[in-house]
Amino acid sequence: MEARGPRVELTGAEHRAPAEDAPRAGFVSPNWVTARLDDLVNWSRANSLWPMAFGTACCAIEFMATAASRFDLARFGMERVAYSPRQADVLICAGRLPFKLAPVIRRVWDQMPQPKWCISMGACASTGGIFDNYAMVQGIDTIVPVDVYVPGCPPRPEGLLYGILMLQKKIKGETVFDPELRVEKLADQQGLFLEPATVDELSEPFGNSVHQTRSA
Amino acid sequence: MSGAAENASVAGLRARFGAAVGRSAVLAGATVVTVDRERAHEILAWLRDDPGQRYDYCVDVTAVEYRDKERPLELVYQLRALARSVMLRVKVELAKDRPLEVDSVVDLWHGADWLEREVWDMFGIRFRGHPDLRRILMWENYAEGHPLRKDFPLRGRFSRSEQVRRALGADLDAHYSMEELSIAEAYDALPADVRERLAPLPPGGAGREP
Repeated sequence: MEARGPRVELTGAEHRAPAEDAPRAGFVSPNWVTARLDDLVNWSRANSLWPMAFGTACCAIEFMATAASRFDLARFGMERVAYSPRQADVLICAGRLPFKLAPVIRRVWDQMPQPKWCISMGACASTGGIFDNYAMVQGIDTIVPVDVYVPGCPPRPEGLLYGILMLQKKIKGETVFDPELRVEKLADQQGLFLEPATVDELSEPFGNSVHQTRSA
Repeated sequence: MSGAAENASVAGLRARFGAAVGRSAVLAGATVVTVDRERAHEILAWLRDDPGQRYDYCVDVTAVEYRDKERPLELVYQLRALARSVMLRVKVELAKDRPLEVDSVVDLWHGADWLEREVWDMFGIRFRGHPDLRRILMWENYAEGHPLRKDFPLRGRFSRSEQVRRALGADLDAHYSMEELSIAEAYDALPADVRERLAPLPPGGAGREP
């Protein structure tokens, strides 16, 4: 699939080979186009993502480097870093998330208007990373839905940019007519957004920490 | 044997308080002295106020728990006499078969306020007379105990799903209230519009947007 932009058919006469049935001049104008609505909507959404930077640790330093002139996030339509959830499209959680901040990022996510996406930047945001302890959320996907995970500790700016390009690609595959795509997922009676068993499974220890004891 | 001489304050303490002063040592150039838990506040007050001592700066208050279950917890006060450039480390042993309580030194050094809150939060040592003994690092309704105790499991006492459920159920307005942000004292000096925005919420946090 062509990923650069909507498939737009220019209907100007100059784009057509001269033919006997060429439309009459005046009927066809180069000033209008035909395109799929999804293509146009997704094209504009994907190329004007406003990030809500939720920087909690060293990943935020790499995010700053990504936004600065050398890597220049603005090239991808992320000119304006929001720092204001109501004016943002994509939540970038850059850094480890302690349980103390979990309700904060959830509220930030709830305050963001649809359509919205989430990038989990770095090992800690994605899995808890090296912080497999009592204070740290083991992957922010137990708190908010995540679209793209960027691995690394911290990821280099190229890594984050690649994640953003992947998100843009994902957005270009969406359709505005999908009734389930933009549905807010609210907490169930238990106060969770996922099944408790799913949360526990996502939070399973790995690496050296599988041998750690837990009393409950 | 360390080359550094023992801080002269220890001799002064022994002359003044006798049996209330326990063993002392010079470790890596730093003098450490253990004092009785019941007279700790009196001793620390003397160290601050006596003209020959003048330990006017409380650098740190922290605690140590050893892996040996029989050993008592140690509460550590790191003091400094700014004018003399002298450090003194005072330890108080807290046996585990008694309630972990000791008199607060916030009335001596204001800077000990948050340090004692941290020790309470992490070790569960209560400070009698502390003006505002709340958790400082963990959140207010944290129910799993005191994380730096040796009997505390590294991943916490609850399952991860229970931890997430409790975290998401936290009342943010209660967490980040005026008091939490420590600007309550400056409230009256703020501009009117800021005061209106920051006014304490009615009970239950009604009226604030989600």
